[in-house]
Amino acid sequence: MNEFLIVIHRDLKSEDASPSPEQMQQAIKPFQDWVGGIAAQNKLANPPKRWDLDGRVVKQNNVVTNGPYAEIKESVGGLFIIKAADYDEAVEIAKGCPIIKWGATVEVRMATPAV
Amino acid sequence: MHDQTLLPKLFRTEYRNIVSVLSYLFGIEHIEIAEDLVSDTFLSATELWSIQGVPENPKAWLYTVAKNKTKNYLKRNTLFEKKLSPEIKYSADKTEEIELDLSVKNIADSQLAMIFTVCNPTNSTESQIALALNLLCGFGIQEIADAFLTNKEVVYKRINRAKEKLKETNIKIQQPTLQEINDRLDTVLKTLYLLFSEGYYSTSQDTILRKDLCSEAMRLSIVLIENEATNTPAINALFALMCFHSSRFEARMNDNGEAVLYQDQNDSLWDKELIETGTVYLNRASTGHVISKYHLEAGIAYWHTQKEDTREKWENILSLYNNLLILEYSPIAALNRTFALSKTNGKEEAILEALKLNLADNPFYYSLLGNLYSDIDNKKAVQYFETALKFSNSAIDKQTISKNIQRLTNG
Amino acid sequence: MNEFLIAIHRDLKSKDASPSPQQMQASIKPFQEWIGNLIEQDRLVAPYKRWDGEGRVVKQDAVTNGPYAEIKESLGGLFIVRAKDYDEAIEIAKGCPILQWGATVEVRMAL
Repeated sequence: MNEFLIVIHRDLKSEDASPSPEQMQQAIKPFQDWVGGIAAQNKLANPPKRWDLDGRVVKQNNVVTNGPYAEIKESVGGLFIIKAADYDEAVEIAKGCPIIKWGATVEVRMATPAV
Repeated sequence: MHDQTLLPKLFRTEYRNIVSVLSYLFGIEHIEIAEDLVSDTFLSATELWSIQGVPENPKAWLYTVAKNKTKNYLKRNTLFEKKLSPEIKYSADKTEEIELDLSVKNIADSQLAMIFTVCNPTNSTESQIALALNLLCGFGIQEIADAFLTNKEVVYKRINRAKEKLKETNIKIQQPTLQEINDRLDTVLKTLYLLFSEGYYSTSQDTILRKDLCSEAMRLSIVLIENEATNTPAINALFALMCFHSSRFEARMNDNGEAVLYQDQNDSLWDKELIETGTVYLNRASTGHVISKYHLEAGIAYWHTQKEDTREKWENILSLYNNLLILEYSPIAALNRTFALSKTNGKEEAILEALKLNLADNPFYYSLLGNLYSDIDNKKAVQYFETALKFSNSAIDKQTISKNIQRLTNG
Repeated sequence: MNEFLIAIHRDLKSKDASPSPQQMQASIKPFQEWIGNLIEQDRLVAPYKRWDGEGRVVKQDAVTNGPYAEIKESLGGLFIVRAKDYDEAIEIAKGCPILQWGATVEVRMAL
């Protein structure tokens, strides 16, 4: 069993972003069902948190700007950690994210042992 | 003709009150002295009441005798008296003697202090429960043995070892500080929940005993609720949960002693007052920001008090189970969540989810699959039920599973 | 007290990425110090994890290899800390030892 990071990227800034705020609202229950299903399989490493849309970005020379990190239209929306046997299994789980159909992208990364 | 059940009843309610107050006074190191004094008091009652008859106010009689015995003990043991904690030692000027304070307030305070003493994680949860039943609830060793379906020696050893451990760690019996409440309330709630579960889920045939365990857990919960410092949303939710479960006590077993499943229960036997009380406390629990697992379980239990099979009911139950699992995984919650999913999204989808659960040795897993496959693929359903039978250890459950198999094979 | 996500973005793909592999090697010790301090201050919410450079990206119609990197800023590391407010969290973020080589640290507050 390995730990995998599930990162949901989506446009947090544009006015005509997809998923739209209405679509995000509709996605609340499907999202809960998705994560609940992962938890039912005892594969959720810890409860997901919700992250604000405020954000700061810190660069070198002490430059600090407002806003979530979004060089392009794909900021970090949500993220959580699951347990899965391998990338294939983790990807299957990731495919259950209910807002992929509206343009969100899910990144999957495997944990390596901390040094 | 005096009532033979009076003294046992009084023992059950007053033993713990007087022991708590005395323990509060003497400290954990001298808890046996506290117990001896109270036992002595009840012995006197047994001897004298059979000759003189039951006094007009039996409780007051017990309290007076307990106070006198304590006074005498302290007089005879001035060395001991000097060791008592400074707050209760009397100064040289005072000519009054130490009076045992058996006021309602002091009893409540002592009970609270005892709850925090007894629910100490240095002891196993079994030991905590046994100690709680003994010191907080006035249960005798035999009764505790019956409750745990074990024998007297085991319980006796368990309780003594638990007391020794508390003495070793030098626990003070005192009003819990804010820090202690923060650190230990979780353990206290867990112990009360387990105490309640012992009564509710017990397979013992002694219904009266089981009901006693549940009502003791509820009584202790109220002690916490009535004290401002410990009156948290979580304890209100836990109490609501206990109310909802208890409301179905009468309907859970039929006259033949067989378990009656929820869907087959006669809901006119459900205690409506308890349901209402539970709802009141659930509302009180809905303050603040923290959702504990007791909130979620109470919510689920609330929806089960609505017998009608509506979409709203099962959607809410599904949502609550989702949140419960996200907070803390348990196989039972996973199975129940899948059942709720079958009610909202249909059996086919639930079967797909169920097959991912991987609960290989769990009889309830196979029962669920049997249930989901019923009327979809009866052959598979029977196979799963038969596997459930193999893994089941409970006579009551085996009965239910066999009935299911019968129903499917008879068409 | 709030919880803040600290997400470190850097180029995981280009040959001439900055920080370079040598710079990443040199930053191991300063990194451990940065995290170690946070642990001592009881600010680290969950144990620190490292994430591999492999990765998958799941879109509507495709699954591709590699970490998410539409541009040169993939997720390097991330963890959650306790801080009073954004100002405090930003001060923590400024301690990231690879900022000087072009990495970017994103800070987000938990709701």
